[in-house]
This record gives sequence, structure tokens and C-alpha cells, in this order.
Amino acid sequence: MYVAVKGGEAAIRNAHRLLAHQRRGDPLVPELSAAQIDGQLALAVDRVMTEGSLYDRGLAALAIKQARGDLVEAIFLVRAFRATLPRFGATEPLDTSAMTIRRRISATFKDLPGGQILGPTFDYTHRLIDGALEGFEPPAPASAEPCQDPVPRVTDLLGEQGLIEPSPADDGFEPGDLTREPLAFPIGRDLRLQALARGDEGFLLALGYSTQRGFARSHPFAGEIRLGEVEVELDVEELGFAVTLGTITVTECQMVNQFKGSAAAPPQFTRGYGLAFGHCERKAMAMALVDRALRARELGEDIAAPAQDEEFVIMHADNVEATGFVEHLKLPHYVDFQSELDLVRRLRAAWSADAIKEAAQ
Amino acid sequence: MSADATYNYAYLDEHTKRAIRRAILKAIAIPGYQVPFASREMPMPRGWGTGGVQVTAAIIGPDDVLKVIDQGADDTTNAVAIRGFFTRVAGVATTTRTVDATIIQTRHRVPETPLKAHQILVYQVPIPEPLRFLEPRETETRKLHALADYGTMHVKLYEDIAHFGEIATTYAYPVTVDGRYVMDPSPIPKFDNLKLNDCPALQVFGAGREKRIYAVPPHTRVISLDFDDHPFAPQRFTEPCALCGSTGVFLDEVILDDRGGRMFVCSDTDFCNGRQADGHRGCLAGNPIQDEEKRDA
Repeated sequence: MYVAVKGGEAAIRNAHRLLAHQRRGDPLVPELSAAQIDGQLALAVDRVMTEGSLYDRGLAALAIKQARGDLVEAIFLVRAFRATLPRFGATEPLDTSAMTIRRRISATFKDLPGGQILGPTFDYTHRLIDGALEGFEPPAPASAEPCQDPVPRVTDLLGEQGLIEPSPADDGFEPGDLTREPLAFPIGRDLRLQALARGDEGFLLALGYSTQRGFARSHPFAGEIRLGEVEVELDVEELGFAVTLGTITVTECQMVNQFKGSAAAPPQFTRGYGLAFGHCERKAMAMALVDRALRARELGEDIAAPAQDEEFVIMHADNVEATGFVEHLKLPHYVDFQSELDLVRRLRAAWSADAIKEAAQ
Repeated sequence: MSADATYNYAYLDEHTKRAIRRAILKAIAIPGYQVPFASREMPMPRGWGTGGVQVTAAIIGPDDVLKVIDQGADDTTNAVAIRGFFTRVAGVATTTRTVDATIIQTRHRVPETPLKAHQILVYQVPIPEPLRFLEPRETETRKLHALADYGTMHVKLYEDIAHFGEIATTYAYPVTVDGRYVMDPSPIPKFDNLKLNDCPALQVFGAGREKRIYAVPPHTRVISLDFDDHPFAPQRFTEPCALCGSTGVFLDEVILDDRGGRMFVCSDTDFCNGRQADGHRGCLAGNPIQDEEKRDA
């Protein structure tokens, strides 16, 4: 017997009341504030801002609280809010060479102008659960002052000698925005980078990993990973010059990949690029790996692996879209299923009749 | 120094260490063959040397003296962190001097100082499978090894010669071990490949993420793949080390400014420091005799 679930309004209301109750948890434990989440779960906030494509720490923190720590749900909340905002302009390109550096590492050169700055990082911590962490006041940092001097980018140092392809020249075209225009494949690198920046960290991580393991050979060097603050400027036409709107924290990653050259270009290093809001190193690195893999067609490489398939990657990178469609399976499918049930019953009856007939022969 | 009592000696439990030792013994018995092992989660990221760390943890004893290098250097962050880990969980003495070490865990270099019979060189291996970039599927590469079918590897090297006039593999250069298995010597520069052959020390390779252990027993033949008319050629550096004046060693390029200034120094910091302590000076290290004359004048 297949019985349709009925409930309607009252059931939904009760479910949401239960959810709110469970979200609050034990009332004897003090309630979390958005400020606490912003300050102490900062990397979760950074991820929600990056994949939510909206730089607003407070809003991202509140979304995490409301989503009970489910980051994809929080990203969804931020994206839905973002859709209500008018867009009044596009800022000037960020100048990451003018970044106030908090962390900057290069895996290609042991030492270089500006130096290696380890900054705040989990790297080289031994992953041992620290029972003493609660109630622990860490000692003041040895040096928390960010580096104020502009630090040249490693790729620019390589570029001076022509060893790496130059950054693409400004072609004068306004970069596309996939939140305003529908995507039509093949897409340009501007839209691809936007899609990857919004793309799910786990998905991009897995794809980037697959390229390292041989599915589209890519064994890059982390030319540079830098974390710090950059100014965001908007060119105001009425004024005739750009004004600073404020500063944001970003993580930038430039991967340096081998390239054996083609008829059009000599052998040189090529780049993969990653940029994310806040401190999102894993995301920026994965993004740079996938960006480079997706340049296969442009660079005349064979397209043989999932990470090189632009449509496959871009169409499946968005976790809000993926979640919606996967989870839509929870919606009622009574009618469709009833039709299938009927068909399977008829096919089974025909199969049984055949089997009886064969046995009789 | 005593080990942290919170953890078992050398972190891993005794059963795990025994299982890893059995894999190492099998690897030694079949030189160059990749022995699968049930790699454990270590308290450091997969791919940062957990294979080497597990091998070291399985073989290290209280009397061992451990040296850890990364890219030839003792002072790089990863080397410092791993050395600190074994100081804490095994309480062993550590050293930066190659000659004093009984176990040397390395990432991407073979020390310049020749190794001796009582020493074990433990490599951290990111990708143990030499055929991985010709065939991404493990099921296929296992078959190719079983059949000793290394034709694709030779074709790859031949294609390099056809395109560039030379073999364009500069590190992780494939070798044949004891005339049977083709092995990835880990991403050491091909400069170091010659040091693998007929080495008096045991060499054990641990790949944690890919769950493989393999080995080159002492005094084993290790031949870099090549062709009669294109013999294997290691890199040569035209200038000596700017600090210790060594020639015939592997050098790192250090960028000095953003106007193209650069210098070349030994990647093996222990070797370079030792040479400087013995009075050898490169062009940028200052000359002790001249310095003395200046001081006197």
C-alpha cells in the first residue's frame, strides 16, 4: 500500500519550531553571538563570504549561526540575500601587488625580495587534539604587524625574464557576471574565474587533486600564496577619479605550471589563478589548479580528464545549485512514481507470462 | 631527552609499527617493488611526508640519531616540524650533520656527503608510481609492472628527444632497480640519481597518501633510463656555490632583488656549513684572509 504523506501548514510550522529549538541547543549554555562566530570561527565566515560572493563578515556570521554551522546552507542564505541587492557599479581591478601582507609564501624560491612570511597558518602544527584549548588565553603573537611595504609578486619576478607567460593584457571588455547574464559555453576566463571563486571548495579540491594524481597531468609549483588587505576602489564618473570604498582581506594563489610550448608560444611557464575572500588558502589553491586545467583548449593540450572539461566543471561546481537539485529528491514524486509503478507491474506480468510459456515448452 | 608519555613510543602503536616493518622487509626483498601498506592518519597533512614519517616511526630506536632535511636544508619549516615531532614522541637525539645521523629522513634531496653502511635514508614520496603520468589508473599500472612492460616510459623519453633534442625530465627521473622494476626515485633532481646506485646505505621510500613503501637495499644497481645514443646526463652548474665555493654540488637559485640580481648556493645546508667551517669561501661569503688584513689595516 503506498500512502501519500499529508500534513501541510501545521506540519511545516511545527517542523520549523523544532528546528529553531534544536538550533538554540541547551538553554543552559550561553547563546552564540554573530560576533563570536566572526572572531572565533573566522575561516568558516571567510568560506561563506567567498562562495556566497558577498563580502560581509557580520552577515556571513549570522548566516552560519542560523544554518547551525551548515556552511552550504549559510552560503545559500547569503546568496539569497545578495540577490536582493542592487548593483550600482564595478570596482577597479584589485591591485594585489599593493597588498598589506600578513602571509606570503613561495614554494619556487627559497628566498626572494619581500621574504617568506609564514603568518597565521595551520601549516607545521601537529594535528593533536588539544584538551587544554578551552579557557586558554594564547600569549601575544611574536609579531602581528603586517608588512606595509609593497612586495613584488613572484610571477612578476619570473616575468621579467620572460620565463612565464605575461598576465593577459586588459582587452577593454567589461568582465562578465554570471549572476546577471546566462552562461553560454564556451565561456571566457573572466566568467570561469567567477564561477570557480563561487564554486564549492570540496569539489574544486577534489578536481585539483585529480590533476595532481595524473588525470590531466599538472604538476605545478605554488609560485606564491599571499594573504592580506587590499583597497577596493570605485571609479566615480562624476568625480573623474577613483575613490577608496574600504579594504578587504583576500587570499591570492598563483600556480606556476610547466608548458612545453606550441607553434604560437615558446616553452615557458604558464599560470593558474585563484582568488578568494578572507583567508581561504585551500580554496584559492584548488581554484588555481582547476583554472590551469581548464586552459587546456587555449594552450592546445589534449582534453582527456574531468578537470579539463569546462562544461562539466563549471556546471557542477556550484554547491547551492547542486544541493537544491540533489535535495529536491525529498519533494513528493507521487505522480511520477505512480506511473513507474504501473509500468514495472505490467513488465513483470509480461515477464512471468513468458517464463511460464517457456517452462511449458 | 625523554619521549612524551602521552603517546606510544614513536607515536604509532606496536601493531602498526610491526605491519610497517613487514612491508619494509618485503620492499627490501623485492628491490623497487611498491609494497601496499595500510597507511595511517598522522598528525600532519597527507602529502607532507607522512609516508616518510611512518617509515621513520617504524624503524627508529632510542639510540638513533635523526636528521631531517627538506630540499637539502635542515632549517626549512617542514624539516624543523618533523624533527620536533620525533623529539617529542620518540625522545631521540637529532642532528643536522649527515655524518652523525643514523636515520636521515629526506624530502627531494640525497645529501652531498656520501652515505655509510650504518645509515638509513628515508624518502618522503608524493607519487610512488613512475607510470602514473602515462597511465592514471592504478589497476593498469599494476599490470604493467607485473609484465615488466615499460615500453610507454621509453616512448615518453623518446618523444622528449624528438621534441627537444633531449630528455625533458629534470626530477623524479625514472630508474631501473636491480634490472627489474622501474621506480620513481621520488622528486629528487636527476642530479642525485647517481647517488642511488651501489649506495652503502639502505634507502626506504614511504608514500603515505598513496599507501606504498618501496626500497633499494645497500649496494644495489640503480640505473637511470636512457638510450645508447642519448645517455643519461645529470645537471651541471656552471658557477660554484657563492657561500662555500663548492663545485659539482646541487645549487639553489636565490633572488637578491627585483632587478634580476641572483646568487647560487648549495641546497645541502649541512654540506655548505661544513665547507665554510673548514675555511672554504665563495664569492659572496667574504674572504677570511682579506677580512683579517682589513681588520689589521
